Amino acid sequence: MREIAYKEIVKNVRDIIIYSASNLPQDALQAMKKAYENEKSPVSKEVLKQLLDNADIASSEARPLCQDTGLAVFFVKLGADVRVVGGLLKDAINEGTENGYIDGYLRASTCHPFTRANNKDTIGYNLPAIIHLDIVEGDKIEIEYAAKGGGSENVSRARVFPPAAGKQGVIDYVRECISDAGPNPCPPLTVGVGIGGTFEKAVISSKHALFRDIGSVNEDPEMAELEDEIKKELNKLGIGTMGMGGTETVLAVHIEANSCHIASLPVSVNVQCHSSRHTHITI
Amino acid sequence: MSKTYHLTTPLNDETVSKLHSGDIVYISGTIYTARDAAHKRLVDLLDEGKELPFDIKGSIIYFVGPTPPKPGDPIGSAGPTTSYRMDSYSPRLIAEGLKGMIGKGKRNEAVTDACQKHKAIYFGATGGAGALLGKQIKSAEVIAYEELGPEAVRKLEVVDFPVTVINDTYGEDLYKIGRAQYEVK
Repeated sequence: MREIAYKEIVKNVRDIIIYSASNLPQDALQAMKKAYENEKSPVSKEVLKQLLDNADIASSEARPLCQDTGLAVFFVKLGADVRVVGGLLKDAINEGTENGYIDGYLRASTCHPFTRANNKDTIGYNLPAIIHLDIVEGDKIEIEYAAKGGGSENVSRARVFPPAAGKQGVIDYVRECISDAGPNPCPPLTVGVGIGGTFEKAVISSKHALFRDIGSVNEDPEMAELEDEIKKELNKLGIGTMGMGGTETVLAVHIEANSCHIASLPVSVNVQCHSSRHTHITI
Repeated sequence: MSKTYHLTTPLNDETVSKLHSGDIVYISGTIYTARDAAHKRLVDLLDEGKELPFDIKGSIIYFVGPTPPKPGDPIGSAGPTTSYRMDSYSPRLIAEGLKGMIGKGKRNEAVTDACQKHKAIYFGATGGAGALLGKQIKSAEVIAYEELGPEAVRKLEVVDFPVTVINDTYGEDLYKIGRAQYEVK
């Protein structure tokens, strides 16, 4: 049994939160540069240039890329041979989140659902973090982290289709979602699509799909093909960067598929803005 | 063809009537920030017949909730938030003399109608360019609703703040024009 100190987890989580806020990961940066090269609309191209300049300023001056520094979302794989000493894993992630948002001068964006009062005084600064936990073999803790902004989350949707809807039903649903969203979620986008499972499994899969590196290929050849097909369809919409009109609306479509009930075809679409702040560490 | 303008606040009918969807504008002078919660309070004040915390005539409201400033900086990162959440409040403020709004994303018909009727402009700033846009803000002062944190109303002094005209006073919409040009049916 390997022992990992509570404090070590707190520090690691704090550090990745601060780093991610001002450093766009390489996969997202490369995808944005490629979009800049390929974009046919001069207006969208100009806005993409502004976003690449923004990434430079953010990184060199350690300023947040975007004022929406998100809710902190984690997918954690806890090795069965790990024992966290000095406290609970969940508390360590929350404490690291709070420290990261305070020490990095990041915006606390959590509030009560109805009063809209900011919870920072009663619960904590940008807490609670959203944590999805899985227990796996081994003696390590793998932490995948993303700062998830509100604008792109607000256009996300999920629905359980009858099985007869099939692949075409999925394609049409994703197209409708991105078309309706237009400029609002800050394109060019990464589109996470969760297919199958139960209702909530599809939603969580669509979220986790956004943590995959942009440009990576789906291990399932059938899903890889579907990703390409949906991406081509979405880029026909003409939305462009920030909705100004253009050829590069979507940087990538990522699918996570699961087996599902014989009666159902759950589909979830989780949208990620161009500022795809995601990273992972292993402790 | 898109034109470029350098404008200083406050704006008037004559100035905003020159602008067309797609024009690029660099704004200098005083602008005010407000998001969802502050908008609700501003409209409540009007309903109660009370005075607003700033002179709305000729003013520009920027839909933004900035990150906290680092020591020595006037403000943190400060890009636009999605504007449709202010749609139910904006027409009322436009009728009171608001001349410009800065945000990102689509507005509803009530807002674009008010822009035509009372001559006001909806400007788009680049969403997600918070570090770059924050640098064009030279000073920031909370003037109302401090308890709202990032949603408090701030008075900002900006220099050459870059925006694009989305909805003009003639009913044009850059999002519709731009998309129609590149959509593949």
